[in-house]
Amino acid sequence: MSRRAEALLALLGVAALVFAAWAAPWLRFVLTVALAKGLAVLGILLLLRAGQVSFGHAMFLALGAYTVAFAAPGVPEALVLLPAAALLAGVAGLLIGLFVVRYRDIFFGMLNLALSMVFYSVLEKFYAVTKGTDGIRVPPLSVAGIEPARETQEWVMFGLALGLALFCAVGVRAYLASPMGQALAGIKTRETRLEFLGVPARRVMLFAYVLSAMMGGAGGALIAMTSRHVTPQLAYWTSSGELIFIGILGGAGSALGPFLGAIAFELVRVYAGAAVADAWQMILGGVLLAVILFAPGGLIGILSRQKRKQA
Amino acid sequence: MSQPTDVSRRAAVLGAAASGALLWAGDGARAQGPAQKPSELRVGITTFLSGPASVFGVPSRQAAELLVEQINRAGGIGGVPLRAFFVDEAPGADHLVGEYRRLVQNENVQVVFASISSGSCLACTPLSTELRKTTLLWDCGTQRVFEEGKHPYAFRTQGYGTPEILAPLLYLLKTKPDFRSIAVINQDYAWGRDSWELWKAGMDALKPGVRVVAEMFPRFGSTDFSTEITRLLALRPDVVLSTSWGGELVTLVRQAAERRLFERSTFVMPVAEASMQSLGRTMPAGHVIGARGDHWNNHPRPKDPAAMARFVDGYRQRFNEYPIYPCHHMAQAFSALQAAYAKAIQAKSGGWPNDGELADAFRGLTFDTPTSTITLREDGQGLEDQLVGLSSQGERFPFAVPRDMVIFPAAMVSTPVGQKSVDWLKSLKPDILAQMPAPIAG
Repeated sequence: MSRRAEALLALLGVAALVFAAWAAPWLRFVLTVALAKGLAVLGILLLLRAGQVSFGHAMFLALGAYTVAFAAPGVPEALVLLPAAALLAGVAGLLIGLFVVRYRDIFFGMLNLALSMVFYSVLEKFYAVTKGTDGIRVPPLSVAGIEPARETQEWVMFGLALGLALFCAVGVRAYLASPMGQALAGIKTRETRLEFLGVPARRVMLFAYVLSAMMGGAGGALIAMTSRHVTPQLAYWTSSGELIFIGILGGAGSALGPFLGAIAFELVRVYAGAAVADAWQMILGGVLLAVILFAPGGLIGILSRQKRKQA
Repeated sequence: MSQPTDVSRRAAVLGAAASGALLWAGDGARAQGPAQKPSELRVGITTFLSGPASVFGVPSRQAAELLVEQINRAGGIGGVPLRAFFVDEAPGADHLVGEYRRLVQNENVQVVFASISSGSCLACTPLSTELRKTTLLWDCGTQRVFEEGKHPYAFRTQGYGTPEILAPLLYLLKTKPDFRSIAVINQDYAWGRDSWELWKAGMDALKPGVRVVAEMFPRFGSTDFSTEITRLLALRPDVVLSTSWGGELVTLVRQAAERRLFERSTFVMPVAEASMQSLGRTMPAGHVIGARGDHWNNHPRPKDPAAMARFVDGYRQRFNEYPIYPCHHMAQAFSALQAAYAKAIQAKSGGWPNDGELADAFRGLTFDTPTSTITLREDGQGLEDQLVGLSSQGERFPFAVPRDMVIFPAAMVSTPVGQKSVDWLKSLKPDILAQMPAPIAG
């Protein structure tokens, strides 16, 4: 997709989101969570560029969320907690990354999965500290020192998520266009060649891994600040699967894909749940099957093909 | 088929879907009206419709549908017909808080019945305060809700963890006073851990010196308990406590019965009632069983035997099984709803109450259940009696029901307002056993 088309699409998307959030107050919450998940999926997209699928990325999402839950009683300031969560996730990403970027393909995916399940068990079993599966309540937060009313708070969180999403999307686009980003595609096609060029593949991967962990942490922090209740479920493999699902649904072709996918996913889930409360999983599965069968490039693939047709 | 038409058709479908979604979303922008009589009384109900806890969720949904039909046939509440909106709790708390908002802000429900899972309740209750929407905690058991904060719009129309654990403990202390060792085998999640903490606090206060020979928390969703059973057979504890429920409890009882563990140790199972129908004749006799309340099908002296029979028979006729405790908890929530609306409408001399007036009506409300009455305390907690007995197999039911039943008055086994359960249990004195009512043969 051309640069202009992508910018136009982003602008249109922002306008549509703001309109929807204004028209239906309850959608504000759903869309904020969707944007937060989109942020985490954007991180997965980086790894996908290198041909690696992390089946345990919800670990960083949960880490960000639990950072907020644990730190909020002491520092109830959203603008401090958000970077803190991203930073902590980044540090964790660096430590875990040092180990997992040595592996590729199924080994990479499974190691991530294993580590995320370890983290899940820690959250669940250290009952005295984490309150187990019942989870931790996040107290109301202030933003820049002011504690807004509920309505304003929702708008602030929505704005924060939207701003961060745009910022990260632009950043990821620039990163992918840079030599470091191009090297990721090199890992996917043939890693040995990359080494011959004098580019250390592991370091390239590690950089992407840390970035993606930070985005996961920021997404998790946003989820915790919006839903104001965190449970170990966030780190469970099904939430990692959900992130991959969103990635496939949105398509890996553009930095907008994850957000498009996340919004479509949340809306489908909410409306399917509202329409048929006991068969919503089937509808969600049907949508994924339809995307895989008819639009392997995801939603973003449909849109860009459309664009090419017109051009 | 040529490629271009294919694409345009897909685009048309997508476009239609997107605009449809927006239209639907726009629907929610309608302002919430003032307190004028609505054309229907909308009730949002969150329950498990998938996953392991759907063994509670699906029967309770069936009960809710049955009750809504019955109430509507009798003219609704204050002349307004009821309509229930069900929400699946299975995707987890972060999704559920979104669904709660949808129910309140888009479906414009007047009341929300929240949650089987304690995690869901903890997540939804603060929302009830924020959105000023009366919320009935219809089935979750965590003591944390009202002990860790004030929630003016939330009310629990049933008992909770503390009385549900203390009643079987007292029953055990009375009927088997000389036990010396105990083992616990609970599911590894919040309720499993919480209930053991409550039990331990109470037991250490009332009968110090009992040896805990094993604390086992098998993974949530386990299907094989052979290791645990082997260990229990070797350790020979006098008592085995298990607050497990659903399919896991059925599996545990089946596997333990096969290996004759029930002949060596007395089991205490506070949540047994919901699994008795699946177990049928497999359930051994002579073990302490509870029902998270007083609604056993063989309740020895229900307050309104006709109402009890109507509910049980109505449910059986429709769904071909006996109602289990979540069905009764659902009935309690609907009964509370009816009583509160009647009270609020009367207070306004016929006018329709707004959200604040409705919540006020719930405070201190006393409402009937088929078996008894429940009063909501000033902190929102309901006082539900607890019925505990020893399992027995008889002619009347094709599954185990209790005999030698004791009805524990709710006030006796519930933590007083303003105190924390564990601290209160630690302060108990053995003379509480003297207050225990005499058992009824049943």
